[in-house]
Amino acid sequence: MVVSLRDTDWDGVRLHVVTGKGGTGKTTVAAALALALASHGKPVLLMEVEDRQGIAQLFDVPPLPYEERRVAVAPASNGHPGGDLFALAVDTESALIEYLEMFYNLRQAGRALTRLGVFDFATTIAPGLGDVLLTGKAAEAVRRKSGGSPVYGAVVLDAPPTGRIGRFLNVSSEVSGLAKVGPIRNHADTVQRVFRSPQTVVHFVTLLEEMPVQETLDGIADLKEVGQGGIQPGAIIVNMVRKCLDLSAKDPVTHPRELEKLMAGLKAAGLAEDGELAADLAAELADEARTQRTQAGQRRLLDAAGQPCYELPLVTEGIDLAALYRLAESLREQGAA
Amino acid sequence: MTAKPTALAIDQLIDDRRTRIIVCCGSGGVGKTTVAAAIGLRAAERGRHVVVLTVDPARRLAQSMGLTALDNTPRLVDGVNGAQEANGGSMHAMMLDMKRTFDEIVEAHADPDRAAQILANPFYQSLSSSFAGTQEYMAMEKLGQLRRADEWDLIVVDTPPSRSALDFLDAPQRLGRFLDGRLLRLLVAPARFGGKAGLKVLNAGFGMVTGVVTKIIGSQMLKDVQTFVSAMDTMFGGFRERAEYTYRLLRMPGTAFLVIAAPEHDALREASYFVERLERDGMPLAGLAVNRMHRSPTARLSAERSVVAAEALRAMPASESSQLAITALNLHAERIRQAAKERRLTERFTAAHPLVPVAHIPAQPEDVHDLDGLRMIGTSFGPS
Repeated sequence: MVVSLRDTDWDGVRLHVVTGKGGTGKTTVAAALALALASHGKPVLLMEVEDRQGIAQLFDVPPLPYEERRVAVAPASNGHPGGDLFALAVDTESALIEYLEMFYNLRQAGRALTRLGVFDFATTIAPGLGDVLLTGKAAEAVRRKSGGSPVYGAVVLDAPPTGRIGRFLNVSSEVSGLAKVGPIRNHADTVQRVFRSPQTVVHFVTLLEEMPVQETLDGIADLKEVGQGGIQPGAIIVNMVRKCLDLSAKDPVTHPRELEKLMAGLKAAGLAEDGELAADLAAELADEARTQRTQAGQRRLLDAAGQPCYELPLVTEGIDLAALYRLAESLREQGAA
Repeated sequence: MTAKPTALAIDQLIDDRRTRIIVCCGSGGVGKTTVAAAIGLRAAERGRHVVVLTVDPARRLAQSMGLTALDNTPRLVDGVNGAQEANGGSMHAMMLDMKRTFDEIVEAHADPDRAAQILANPFYQSLSSSFAGTQEYMAMEKLGQLRRADEWDLIVVDTPPSRSALDFLDAPQRLGRFLDGRLLRLLVAPARFGGKAGLKVLNAGFGMVTGVVTKIIGSQMLKDVQTFVSAMDTMFGGFRERAEYTYRLLRMPGTAFLVIAAPEHDALREASYFVERLERDGMPLAGLAVNRMHRSPTARLSAERSVVAAEALRAMPASESSQLAITALNLHAERIRQAAKERRLTERFTAAHPLVPVAHIPAQPEDVHDLDGLRMIGTSFGPS
């Protein structure tokens, strides 16, 4: 008997595109999300497209070849075993050779042409070709079937940063400009059908800082602008959230009575207190209060975007597999998977 | 023992009149644009005539410098201290419009009819607005133009956010090579070579190339490319030459590369790649600037003693003052740990690159959107 699975915010979604401003921890979040999705029992594919080998570093495995490799197993949940997590680092060159083989049976020729520099040439005279090949690989993995059922329960795409995501996903079709007709156009159209279907969403990873928040909001607005038939925005995932100290008391820098209380407290703790320590600590409290106010403002902006919002804690001691499992668990608890 | 890096004083760099170009590079999200703007302002207020070339500034930062549109023209920044004085400096800022820059090159090098023909070509339009290396190429082209104009004695460049960190070094040459390339000419005009028997084999090879390229991009586009190439024919040599000119410009002693990083594992690892690549290419590296370092808080109290004191208070009857002190002590301990971690990470960089000078730029409590904020950052540029 199949145990009834709890609803998640993304039932029916099979392609999760993860973007975010540089430095927000996009790859970590993509990996945690992939683990969370795999805990439903079906295999999940985590893809990266930027030649950075970020996934290999995260899972502490040798650099990934152009081949789907098992990198982890999701933890068991609800009494059923966790699914396998596969990873793939896609590069345009290999994707082009694969494309030539799949559609024209030209694998050998493809390799020879690559050596001649024809590959560079083709991607140069057809800007956007590289992106079509990369997104094409994701679309192929989503649609791939074995014995009538999908090979992967979900595919998570660690996509380029927010600043380049529009062009990468070809959000506005006119970007495709060049290849108006021809075989690659047809291929691009097939890819777009997958990306523009309800089974695809784009998640945004951000920090509670002004610039990444602004980029997130701009990115969501861009997707929404296209509206029906466009690519659906998914969740906002606020990463590296620091545990907030409760600063309900008044600011001791500007309130002398609070400063006195602080001094009294420090003395009670047995600290030699001449007033200067209290002043220093008060300045730190004031600084923290300012940071918290800024963050609260950014959080309000994110809430107003109207997308599901998840938070992941700051991991100070570096991300290892155990930390990834914890982040994955946290995403599941919040309904992301 | 941990290696101690040479301190990099950015002030020294900008006060040295021989410094004519400062290139700020680094991975995304480390505050490159902000640091570039802060260096520009600081230099202007120390008497230099500066132009800051930014590629993709955050809206509010752009506004802080008076930039409201991406118009490819250096604009005078108002509110620079000392600008009114006789020996005062000045600051201009501009945002790069890559398509506009490309159009200008075409307009400058082709007669009006031919220029119009090129500008209308669909392949050209795509190449000039979305080819992955065009932004980098045009940023370097603009840098060359600004340098030749010689209206400023210091140019500060903020490099484009790109997939791999040093695309701006490679892309100009790549694009130059491409536009210049034999492959392009052979592909679009194989007939020219057809007459000679010795080239038959080559020709057959290119027949296959054309076939595959047509399969990928379609014949219409190949036609567009052919039209483009014949219209551009006279300009081709120029592209490689220009790319080489900017590359040489970057290697000149008046140029200083500043690698920007945040005190985080990934950003510093990227910074290491940058430094190694710059050294390999013989680029004049000024040093590493670690941005957003958290100030090491008061040294009066260690993290350990802080935690012990907070524990002691928790064991006592709670009061308003003990609550406040516990919060303050916990915060203090957390901050010391944060600062120590950041220090550890930068020390690791120095262990690998002991000869690279390092500057620390403190974290600002809020994002910078005005000249005061930029000025504040600049106060850390002095000798430490």
